[in-house]
Amino acid sequence: MSGSTILEVTDLTKAYGNHQVLSGVSLTLQAGEVVALIGASGSGKSTLLRCVNLLETPSGGTIRFQGDVVDWRRRPGLLRGYGHLTGLRTRIGMVFQQYNLWPHLTVLQNVIEGPIRVKRLGRHEAEARAESLLGRVGLIEKRHEYPSRLSGGQQQRVAIVRALAMEPQLMLFDEVTSALDPELVGEVLALMASLARDGMTMLVATHEIAFARDVSHRTIFLDSGRIAEEGPSKTMLAAPSELRTQQFLKRVLHHDLTTEASRT
Amino acid sequence: MSLDLIERAVRWWASVEAYIPGFLGAAWLAFQITLVIIALTWAFGLLAALGKISPYWWLRWPAGFYVWFIRGTPTLIQVFLFYFGLPQLGVRLSPFTAGALALGINGGAYVAEIIRGGLLAIPKGQMESALAIGLTPLQAMTRIILPQVFRIILPPLTNEAATTLKNTSLLSTITIMELTLHTQLAIAATYRPFDFYIIAAILYLIMTTALTQLAAWLERRYRVAY
Ligand SMILES: Nc1ncnc2c1ncn2[C@@H]1O[C@H](COP(=O)(O)OP(=O)(O)O)[C@@H](O)[C@H]1O
Ligand SMILES: [Mg+2]
Repeated sequence: MSGSTILEVTDLTKAYGNHQVLSGVSLTLQAGEVVALIGASGSGKSTLLRCVNLLETPSGGTIRFQGDVVDWRRRPGLLRGYGHLTGLRTRIGMVFQQYNLWPHLTVLQNVIEGPIRVKRLGRHEAEARAESLLGRVGLIEKRHEYPSRLSGGQQQRVAIVRALAMEPQLMLFDEVTSALDPELVGEVLALMASLARDGMTMLVATHEIAFARDVSHRTIFLDSGRIAEEGPSKTMLAAPSELRTQQFLKRVLHHDLTTEASRT
Repeated sequence: MSLDLIERAVRWWASVEAYIPGFLGAAWLAFQITLVIIALTWAFGLLAALGKISPYWWLRWPAGFYVWFIRGTPTLIQVFLFYFGLPQLGVRLSPFTAGALALGINGGAYVAEIIRGGLLAIPKGQMESALAIGLTPLQAMTRIILPQVFRIILPPLTNEAATTLKNTSLLSTITIMELTLHTQLAIAATYRPFDFYIIAAILYLIMTTALTQLAAWLERRYRVAY
């Protein structure tokens, strides 16, 4: 049954004008599953993630979230008609490559904004929850700092906490370590791995093949807006069956090795 | 320094001293009118800026026309249109209402362009992360985007406020007893145009400087914040 199915995407398409970015993508995430989304730059990873929480409007296909069909055809009005979008986005957390913290708010204010404005939580309760989350990721002493005073890795961990504070059922990660200095990547990946261990359902677009192999249950290789290959991460990444997957992995792994070598 | 010069200055001051309270009163009135108009320019400017970036053509077009029309026509014509023109259509406004509306709408067009520039300077990711959390576009605007915009546009906004203050001078043409009309009446009674126009100019200068100083103080305060 679909009781434990969190996300079910069927034949999703997205085109900008006559530029077809997604050409019929289907995938399913069970509760607690961690799925890595790999693929060359421009293959449509971000677009796929952004269609799931309707930051982009799909061109076709079906999205079911926790059993309910996501009605992406329903356009909101100028000031009204956001209920279904807000409801969906409250249950789906998203973390971006560029962190996108709000620079005019402190760490704590960043984290409580959603719970207070969207979930209508009282300030005390929102702050208490935010502080316990910040404590968990080791950033409690930064709660009154502005984001600009934090390192990239700290900012990205705050961005993850900001999403978690909404108590989402699904987390979307869009290349969240790509903008980080190499020495800061580890702390963010470690946090994501601990979320995965705690049973969070996660869809993770990433170039970190080691993370995909060690943390994700399944890997999907996206090629020009199509799923070219998918399978259990360990077997698929060790021995991909498709030629294009092999070529892609060779490229990124080679790149990893050379940057690793140049670092030492 | 010749004693003669000091003596002449003292005598000059004695001859204008009696008029100073009247001038100060008129300047204060001009300042108060300016505050009302600045509030209007921000309101009109914000609406027009949001209209211009809106995804809806039925908001974009009127907003675009408004900014184009106002910036392409003389301010004095706009003031006359409201005060002398509208009565012909059966809309009779008091001088104050007509003047405040005309200058508010006028400044709003310039403020709209300032705000639009500020909005474009905010990275797209700010709106996206706000929407992804579940905020509505209106909440995202008021809570996340506009506070950041305000900080960026404070300097040009101050310039525009100073322009608004100077524009109130035009309201002398529609019988509002602000500083300029007060000055003209004083001159008509005394035939001392140089003395009194200089006094008026100095008072305008004091007020515009006060505005820019206030903004500079605000800017410093905000900079400490992040
Ligand atoms: N707003 C947009 N308008 C037009 N084309 C876009 C837009 N966003 C993305 N694209 C295009 O869609 C393709 C896929 O982009 P994206 O989903 O960002 O890929 P990835 O995240 O895998 O690098 C790219 O060719 C990109 O140029
Ligand atoms: Mg991307």
